[in-house]
Amino acid sequence: MYTEAVMEHFTNPKNVGEIENPDGEGQVGNPTCGDIMKMYIKVEDDQVVDAKFKTFGCGAAIATSSVATEMVKGKTIEEARNITNRQVAEALGGLPGNKMHCSNLAADALHKAIDNYEERKKAREEGTA
Amino acid sequence: MRRIYMDHSATTPVHPRVAAVVNRFMLSDYGNASSVHHFGKVAREALEDARSQVADLIGADSPSELLFTSGGTESDNLAIKGVAYARRDQGRHIITSAIEHQAVLHACDALEAEGFEITKVGVDGQGRLDPEAVRDAIRGDTILISIMLANNEVGTLQPIEEIAAIAKEYDVLVHTDAVQAVGQISVDVEALGVDLMSLSGHKMYGPKGVGALYVRRKTPLQPLQNGGHHERRLRPGTENVAGIAGMGEACLLAKEELAIRNQYLLRLRDRLIDGIMSEIPKVYLNGHPDHRLPNNVNVSIVGIEGESILLSLDMKGIAASSGSACTSGSLEASHCLLAMGLTHEVAHGSVRFTLGRDNRQEDVDEVIRELPAIVERLRAMSPLS
Ligand SMILES: Cc1ncc(COP(=O)(O)O)c(C=O)c1O
Ligand code: FES
Repeated sequence: MYTEAVMEHFTNPKNVGEIENPDGEGQVGNPTCGDIMKMYIKVEDDQVVDAKFKTFGCGAAIATSSVATEMVKGKTIEEARNITNRQVAEALGGLPGNKMHCSNLAADALHKAIDNYEERKKAREEGTA
Repeated sequence: MRRIYMDHSATTPVHPRVAAVVNRFMLSDYGNASSVHHFGKVAREALEDARSQVADLIGADSPSELLFTSGGTESDNLAIKGVAYARRDQGRHIITSAIEHQAVLHACDALEAEGFEITKVGVDGQGRLDPEAVRDAIRGDTILISIMLANNEVGTLQPIEEIAAIAKEYDVLVHTDAVQAVGQISVDVEALGVDLMSLSGHKMYGPKGVGALYVRRKTPLQPLQNGGHHERRLRPGTENVAGIAGMGEACLLAKEELAIRNQYLLRLRDRLIDGIMSEIPKVYLNGHPDHRLPNNVNVSIVGIEGESILLSLDMKGIAASSGSACTSGSLEASHCLLAMGLTHEVAHGSVRFTLGRDNRQEDVDEVIRELPAIVERLRAMSPLS
């Protein structure tokens, strides 16, 4: 059912955990099946230097979380925003059709974490202005 | 890798004795049971022997009360739609439960779309139906009650005897889906008092694609397909002689082994339940502790999701199943667990181990050994714990 890449990321997921004092964090949940994904990012000079996740979901959800955190590391905020669900799925050699919404979850969580980072940044800038 | 199969409610391995019978009726005695020649007669005899073997296992008055079908799904459809169509002049109301197998639920949905009315009686937190709730659901135009004998997910056994007794008071027919029960526990149609009962070969060490429907004498039934004279025209089509003979052998085997099988499985089941409960924190047993199939262990492991547990178990060579939305294909959690009042999250973390006669105590102990580490790893990844 799953590609080798999915199984590899499921078995040895990268970047599991939380980041203390993250620069951004985002959580998404899938209302129909009740899965939850949480992403944390650390940003320096508008570049994502670290990303971590915690996921409650199926093998695909764990694998997409893992690969998405890998993909985002080293990217600028601009580039990170452009990571799409499809790219996440492609990085895993594809997902079964009924699992595509799990890859939605990973990119969505990432984008939320970026939103959160930008909100915090804006708040800081306004605070200092 | 040594593989441990603990998904016997999905399907069972065919017993070698059954396989030998199937083999014989495929390779040597392959006649059409309707033919007049020797080959036909041998096939006919095999068919009628199998009918007697099934009848014998379930305590039917006469083998003629059994029809062979293509499996549990067809038996359920034939029972429910067959009675509904035959009795539509007397009423259009059917009662079933919220935790039936999809074969029953979707057959009812199809009838509903045709103008029948369906009441789905709920269950308690352990998956048991209250017979009085069934009584309350009965109306003047109720023609059929279809309630399963044993649930396929949580193994809960239903009080069918009491339900059938109530139904009799109101002249309502009773069908029970006994697919998971037959071969596991002693099932007697006379003691149960049911009018129709579904069986499936592959859940009892028989072949897939063969089943039977018990139809008490004089029960009105309209066939769902038209064709030749086979199975008293109630189920036309050249009989699957090899499969049917195999199912007969599986029934004979069940009859011989039932008492020991039952005891043996109970011991393994309780060892597995106790082991999981004592080794892993925050685990709930789903289903009824006592009114339960002897081979069913269904637990919810809080904070993690079923499919990821199954994948992890599979990597250790252990085959199980789950009622998680992520494994359902439809991305909805098991209707049965939700009907029992489980939250989506807890239903999500359900794992079902169903034991069989081929499982050994070492198998159970290996699951108890492997599962805690799997749970710990997944919980460490979960935002919920
Ligand atoms: C309770 C119940 N009813 C019906 C069926 C369907 O039987 P079959 O697979 O033979 O069509 C099953 C099997 O999954 C079952 O567990
Ligand atoms: S998280 Fe539910 S299907 Fe993937």
